Amino acid sequence: MIQIDNLSKKYGAITAVENVSFTVPEGKICVLLGPSGCGKTTTLKMINRLIPPTSGRVLIGGRDTAELDTVTLRRSIGYVIQQVGLFPNMTIEDNICVVPDLLGWDKAKSRKRAAELLEVVALDPAKFAKRFPCELSGGQQQRVGVARALAADPPVMLMDEPFGAIDPINREAIQDEFMRIQRQVRKTVLFVSHDIDEAVKMADYIALFNMGRIEQFGTPDDLLARPVSDFVANFMGNDRILRRLSLLRAADIVRADAPRPDGGPGSMAPGDVAVSPGDDLRQVLCLMLEQGRDRVACRDAQGAVVGFVHQRDILVRLGDNNATVA
Amino acid sequence: MGAYDKMVAWLQNYWGEVIYLSLQHLYIVAVSSALAIIVAVPAGIWMSRPRNQRRALAFMQVLNVGQAVPKLALLTLAMTLVGVGAPAAIIALWVATILPITVNTYEGLRAVPPHLLEAAEGLGMTPREILLRVEIPNALAVMFAGLRTALAINVGTAPLAFLVGGGGLGELIFTGIDLNDYGMMLAGAIATAGLAMLVDMLCGLAQRVSVSRGLRLAAS
Repeated sequence: MIQIDNLSKKYGAITAVENVSFTVPEGKICVLLGPSGCGKTTTLKMINRLIPPTSGRVLIGGRDTAELDTVTLRRSIGYVIQQVGLFPNMTIEDNICVVPDLLGWDKAKSRKRAAELLEVVALDPAKFAKRFPCELSGGQQQRVGVARALAADPPVMLMDEPFGAIDPINREAIQDEFMRIQRQVRKTVLFVSHDIDEAVKMADYIALFNMGRIEQFGTPDDLLARPVSDFVANFMGNDRILRRLSLLRAADIVRADAPRPDGGPGSMAPGDVAVSPGDDLRQVLCLMLEQGRDRVACRDAQGAVVGFVHQRDILVRLGDNNATVA
Repeated sequence: MGAYDKMVAWLQNYWGEVIYLSLQHLYIVAVSSALAIIVAVPAGIWMSRPRNQRRALAFMQVLNVGQAVPKLALLTLAMTLVGVGAPAAIIALWVATILPITVNTYEGLRAVPPHLLEAAEGLGMTPREILLRVEIPNALAVMFAGLRTALAINVGTAPLAFLVGGGGLGELIFTGIDLNDYGMMLAGAIATAGLAMLVDMLCGLAQRVSVSRGLRLAAS
């Protein structure tokens, strides 16, 4: 768990961050979102004291981090940056082992850990451990960046726009990959982003910043459905209703249909389009509009029909701003 | 007779002297360069620390003046300080060698990408660990370029040592000029050039061994 308590940063007369407070529970991802210069990166860097706070406290696991010296603190926090920052003079293995080596781990143990972590980030250790950063693609480098941050098994990870420099197609892939890794490692993650889609996709909580303050803190659904101000509503976009759909899966609103004259209960009629239960409703609705249908069949991996998704069910769900969709 | 055969012939005429004086020459070069490295590398590191930025520029001007003074004047100055002999030559060459090494150490360290430093700091390295594990390994290629320039200057200037009684291949060169004996002069000159090439080769070898393969791959 990480608690930010009244954190502020002033540069002379300029206030970069003002009285920011929020709490991220154990194992959750909190995305710090906002326009450029809103204080989100400054807030992140005050947590590992790359920027010393002017006032306020940061508590990790209930312990005030001001009690720790900066070096010890930083070694206990994973840190991933946009430019990756792998050391070009070191092999991939040595890069991952930077923190274990600083902590004086046994060499054999740390190299074994590096191989495990390469497996976790889906890079073959036999192939990659002895390579150098320049021999990897941008996406592969950032996977190593994540592995390096995980090396000493820190409870908290700070990520500063980690996927911002990766092209859109690979970015989607590495986001999915990171979500898979996160399900495995369950870290408390603070993640800076200016990309709303990324935030909605990855966040358990979003802290939306504006001019050094938190404008709204809540789940992605809170910000999309119940924005507290015009700034939040504008930032989340006019299409936030549709974005909200991406929080829902077909499985969430699928239902069995009444028997039809042309088939048994819940079976597909000829010409019915099918989706899978894991598809998000934004995709499903797009498909419906594209095919001009008001319902689609939902089939599981084995091809059996689970039920149907109806357009009116989607609309009912969207119309209800107070119900939490996800 | 081809040019190559002529060169070999000149060298052969003075073979004994060439060997003896080359060793003297190398001794002066080695001592003055080693002393220069001992001073210049820490000076470059000191200058590259952000808190010394403004003083670094002033320091650089002092070194530039040292470089701008004619080598012959440096020798004379050194001779008035320590008298005739190899030490005077060593001091003069030391002054002449410091600048390129310092400048390249400084520039090499400053050219290390800031995001590497941010990553190193964020991962919890102390300033000393950042310097030794990240900054110097990544600046080493540029530092070596400075060292090689410095050594080329050093080997090429060392014949002047003869003028202050420091020995070295200058003995053949200047005596050859005085006696109008071109063979003798060229034997010294060719041997000096050969030494410069040898020293540069050794330095290149040391560079290959010490600069990480990852950086060489990245540069190619």
